[in-house]
Amino acid sequence: MDYIKQIRQDFPILKTQVKGHQLAYLDNAATTQKPRVVIDALDKYYATINANVHRGVHFLSENATEAYEQARYKVQKFINAASPQEIVFTRGTTEAVNLVASSFCQQFLNAGDEIIITRAEHHSNIVPWQLACERHGATLKVLPLTDSYELDLTKLDQLFSSKTKMLAVSHVSNALGTINPIKEIISKARANNVPVLIDGAQAGAHVDIDVQALDCDFYTLSSHKMFGPMGIGALYAKKSWLEQMPPYQGGGEMILQVTFDKVTYNQIPHKFEAGTPSVADSIAWGAAIDYLQALDHEKIAQHEAGLLEYAEQQLSKVDGITFYGQAQNKVPIISFLLSDIHPHDIGTIVNDYGVAIRTGHHCNMPLMDYIGISGTARASFAMYNTQEDVDQLCQALAEVKRVFHGSR
Amino acid sequence: MDLDNLYQELIVDHGTQPRNFAELDSHSHDAEGFNPLCGDLVHVYVKLDGDKIADVSFTGKGCAISTASASIMTDLVKGKTLTEVRALFKQFQDLLTKDNQSEVELGKLSALAGVKKYPSRVKCATLAWHTLQDACKE
Ligand SMILES: Cc1ncc(COP(=O)(O)O)c(C=O)c1O
Repeated sequence: MDYIKQIRQDFPILKTQVKGHQLAYLDNAATTQKPRVVIDALDKYYATINANVHRGVHFLSENATEAYEQARYKVQKFINAASPQEIVFTRGTTEAVNLVASSFCQQFLNAGDEIIITRAEHHSNIVPWQLACERHGATLKVLPLTDSYELDLTKLDQLFSSKTKMLAVSHVSNALGTINPIKEIISKARANNVPVLIDGAQAGAHVDIDVQALDCDFYTLSSHKMFGPMGIGALYAKKSWLEQMPPYQGGGEMILQVTFDKVTYNQIPHKFEAGTPSVADSIAWGAAIDYLQALDHEKIAQHEAGLLEYAEQQLSKVDGITFYGQAQNKVPIISFLLSDIHPHDIGTIVNDYGVAIRTGHHCNMPLMDYIGISGTARASFAMYNTQEDVDQLCQALAEVKRVFHGSR
Repeated sequence: MDLDNLYQELIVDHGTQPRNFAELDSHSHDAEGFNPLCGDLVHVYVKLDGDKIADVSFTGKGCAISTASASIMTDLVKGKTLTEVRALFKQFQDLLTKDNQSEVELGKLSALAGVKKYPSRVKCATLAWHTLQDACKE
């Protein structure tokens, strides 16, 4: 059996039939499917070691705590952080960005200061910064894009000032698939003494991540976009920042001692993990990381690159198609429109042929505004997708054209 | 099958060549409606004569379902009183969300009955109607 067919066997949901068709799941940028080992890890946790963590001296609690901390260690290794203390579990990227925008900005952002983001960010890497700027009287500056919708790095230097307190940028664009040149952006920011947050939500499933080599200050991950469960993710932050930042939320777990006069906070990362965490999800995320790391990365990279090429080739044969975002360096995400047909009509019709794609603005309204459209249809691939999925999409698009133009 | 049911000729026709698609110069009321899920945007213009809709039109950008629904709506409500329009909207909503509804008085609107099988599209079909109600408020 070929390697990809073998991988497909690990994902039970891929066998789903939709309206009499085999499911072609092409909405992986929204969330990826889960392999059996992840589903089993959730089951095993609740069936064998469920207990609250860091609080009990009993058998189950000790096992749960150990497994939870083991998961933290797996995340650390996955992005090559220097220490597990630099990994804060969150609900995902959104909460991780909010944590930094709230806690870091409380400590370091003053009236008149500036934060730099880009025109191509997901709303979750825009709105938290807008809120922080509003709260502290700071200004949001936006890196513009080129005509091909890539970050215009020639405009970056002029955005830095002595007032710049943060630069936040995504590793990979969820709307267009562009892999941003973050190494270069980070070194420019370094030269200007500006800390950098990288939104890595889309990177986890496609790109090797090494936060030490990148030398970023913050990096965010969402488990559910890299074959793990929903409801869990992480903030990576350099230790020195976590030590200087005030707590994000108050509660149990994040304290050492509480009296009504004084609270002593727990050590990092626990200072930032108030309340009972999502223990089962963390552990199952660890299982997803184990699963990913056991795969042949070279084969998968080759397969994904080939799939992207095949998809672009086949789709460009569809009369009236326009692609958005064709960067040299991109993950297998294809954003497109079909003549003047609204993307939602495309999405609804292809669904009747078993094809799952995302339609709309993809939480990137400022980017869509810049392109001058209200949204796109987006096919986003994962390692388990095949050329058959692409063919199924193309056939379904022919049906879309039949409905609207009465022809194939 | 479901699809041909949803994208009937009438819907595709109104969805791609909408009627009454322009700003109404002499409108007395107007409102804008937005569906953040799809990015559907509709602007409805109304000329009220007492309690009666003397003229109505719309502009905007949206999917075939929302555009067709707006187009058919403008054709249908012209000359009706606000009370009649409210009753019609209620009946239309029922058609989209409840089983076994009568389509008798809905005329062309019943072409949108297929939306019922696509719950995520119900908002597209009702956007213009909500916006019409907003416009006539106050
Ligand atoms: C680039 C990007 N950033 C942030 C997010 C938000 O991630 P989550 O919803 O998992 O918090 C997403 C997910 O849609 C994304 O694609």
